[in-house]
Amino acid sequence: MARITAGVSTSHVPAIGAALDLGKSAEPYWAPVFQGYDFSKRWIAEEKPDVVFLVYNDHASAFSLDLIPTFAIGCGEEFKPADEGFGARPVPVVHGHPELAWHITQSVIQDDFDLTIVNKMDVDHGLTVPLSLMFGQPDAWPCKVIPFAVNVVQYPPPSGARCYALGKAIGKAIRSFDQDLNVQIWGTGGMSHQLQGPRAGLINQEFDNKFLDLLINDPDAAARIPHLDYVREAGSEGIELVMWLIMRGALEANVDLLHRFYHVPASNTAVGHLILKNGG
Amino acid sequence: MSEDTSYQNIPGTIIFDAEMSRRGYHLNQFCMSLMKAENRDRFRADQRAYLDEWKMTEDQKLGVLARDYNRLLSLGGNVYFLAKIFATDGKSFQSAAATMTGMSQEDYAAMMLSGGRRPDGSNGNKVV
Repeated sequence: MARITAGVSTSHVPAIGAALDLGKSAEPYWAPVFQGYDFSKRWIAEEKPDVVFLVYNDHASAFSLDLIPTFAIGCGEEFKPADEGFGARPVPVVHGHPELAWHITQSVIQDDFDLTIVNKMDVDHGLTVPLSLMFGQPDAWPCKVIPFAVNVVQYPPPSGARCYALGKAIGKAIRSFDQDLNVQIWGTGGMSHQLQGPRAGLINQEFDNKFLDLLINDPDAAARIPHLDYVREAGSEGIELVMWLIMRGALEANVDLLHRFYHVPASNTAVGHLILKNGG
Repeated sequence: MSEDTSYQNIPGTIIFDAEMSRRGYHLNQFCMSLMKAENRDRFRADQRAYLDEWKMTEDQKLGVLARDYNRLLSLGGNVYFLAKIFATDGKSFQSAAATMTGMSQEDYAAMMLSGGRRPDGSNGNKVV
């Protein structure tokens, strides 16, 4: 059977991808960000996951205002890096795992979570920056990736509680897949940031670190944080943190914290990163 | 039944809700069109003519031409869509964000390096 061996959370700041793509990762501004992932790269090279279930949000790349799915699962064979307005990132095409993705889709919908099924979409920095942070710059991504897009752009986004419960259903679905696969689940986005209006530049280190504590040790409490608290305390784009709760919901109650990293700033954003071994 | 709009009371912050989404639909879809290189070229060649192909309000068109992002946010623009405009201009997210705060890019970058805008305004960057 498939096993969920670990959860990973990370911010997905587009400027991090640009820094890497433009060869700036050793510059004084960026070096501390990338150093926070040195352990992670060594760790994942040993873990060799077969599949990463990658929770992210699309930033008006695959989904315009024509179509706004709350939860969308990528069931296709491959997903190309999106042109977000300045050409596509020079990163490999993402290869999916249609068989597992369809299994999860069926299981989760029958557990009353009504997913949108996507066979064709381009994936933006929300998905490719976490891959770059964890795997560096390979010619091909070393595992299959199931993209799972969450609407956090159009109000109202799904609640933290709903994301957490969905994570539990996804975990159950993965564990019931009849192939011996090493699966990781990643939750991306956040941490505190606001990209718009006179309050742009908001960072809340206290909120972020409390959220990290709760996510590790008391995810039920983290799942009860209301929408308004995220926006007021962590900025209008800090709401992305609800996606980390999908990751956490798929893991067991007890986890082992293997790595924790927090850094301000990357462009406009606080960078947070956790690696949680499942079933501590 | 009226909706809960308590999120509208957060200073310096526009939540992209149903009302904003309806107001900004054509503006945001214009922005989406800039994801294609040939459209970016056409837009750069004659911005006004390109904008006139879209069912946007005159205010929205003028906001785009002025790159007045706060005005565009108030007219229903969403920042991830507006990002296609400043990407077309070759500008970073940080430089666009700085213009929305009224700070110079240097001052904004320095604020971020010093830990960002604190929610309690204790570093003098409170928005009321």
